[in-house]
Amino acid sequence: MKPYLREKAPAAFDEIPEFPSYEAGFLTTKNAGWRNFRPVIDTKKCNGCMQCYLYCPDGVISEKDGKAVIDYDFCKGCGICRKICKFNAIEMEAEI
Amino acid sequence: MSVLSKDEFFYGHKACAGCGGSLAVRIALKVLGERSIAVLPAGCMSAVGFNFPQLCFGNNAIISTFAGTASMLTGIRAGLKAKGIEDFHAVGFAGDGGTADIGLQALSGAIDRNDDILYICYDNEAYMNTGIQKSSLTPFGAKTTTTPAGKNIHGNMRPKKNMFEIAAAHGIPYAATASVGYINDFISKVKKASGIKGTKYIHVIAPCPTGWGISTDETVEIAKEAVDCGTWYLAEFENGEFRLNFRPKEFSDIGEYLKKQSRFRHLTDEDIKIIENSRNAKWEFIDNNFRK
Repeated sequence: MKPYLREKAPAAFDEIPEFPSYEAGFLTTKNAGWRNFRPVIDTKKCNGCMQCYLYCPDGVISEKDGKAVIDYDFCKGCGICRKICKFNAIEMEAEI
Repeated sequence: MSVLSKDEFFYGHKACAGCGGSLAVRIALKVLGERSIAVLPAGCMSAVGFNFPQLCFGNNAIISTFAGTASMLTGIRAGLKAKGIEDFHAVGFAGDGGTADIGLQALSGAIDRNDDILYICYDNEAYMNTGIQKSSLTPFGAKTTTTPAGKNIHGNMRPKKNMFEIAAAHGIPYAATASVGYINDFISKVKKASGIKGTKYIHVIAPCPTGWGISTDETVEIAKEAVDCGTWYLAEFENGEFRLNFRPKEFSDIGEYLKKQSRFRHLTDEDIKIIENSRNAKWEFIDNNFRK
């Protein structure tokens, strides 16, 4: 499990939790708009060593079928994954 | 990597791209797991983690007073013990200012009582959250908004406080230094600390692209280089003894490390010489007093 984006963000007063303690991992907004460059994984070159996952400050990289995949909703495009990758499997592409 | 939980407990936060502090918090929580209660004083990690109603922690987490990280950890441990709950980690994440300046008294008190808590200081070497002001962990020569670099005074004139050895001087059960550039070392230290009873202190260097003046993809490299050029070291304190975990075969060029960061770009060759000399003096002390 990880914190996930809720379908409906609280908008009115009566939808906001009454006390300042409420459900953990309650996300209402994405971070995708922060990004100028988007890391793109070349699945041919990726061997699933997952070093990018280890060093991602946002934890947006996970493993699927032996390859790294990125959650673009929350990736900020810092580029650490590209520099960590020993196989040059990650390219940064400009967001349009 | 095998000790890490597959779950993410610090996700969707609003830290700057390439933030070293958020990497340290994320990895530490992945080691400690869901049954950990995180305490965050004022500082970057509480500012980016709790943006109501966005709540980025997947475990229990709470904001403390700026000075009270360690005392709130003490209270959580005592309160849950009274309710019969003991199978959890009480972990605090405070910045360098929240540890070495404002929270030092509470931390010292907790170590003195030997409360069963883990205190992690993510050190980005200034008050980055409020816009880069000098803390007592800002290194010599660094430019901040309160220690600007001018013609006569070249940034911060005071050396970095030795927080690791201050914690160790209490006779703490376990203290360690780490760097997000050597993440496996950090992971094993958090893992080791989680199995020790009593107060544990881990001091992890976590570069801040915004405050250090580096690009967002250089965080990990520069954290590694800090260790390789000898301005930071990886060590542990246990059973009353210091132990060095890693010694670079040969120090990389300290001038090159400094010039990569805009906070040091104003330094003259003489300033760099001063930094180099203080590094050499530090390593002489380490060689004489730390077990290899």
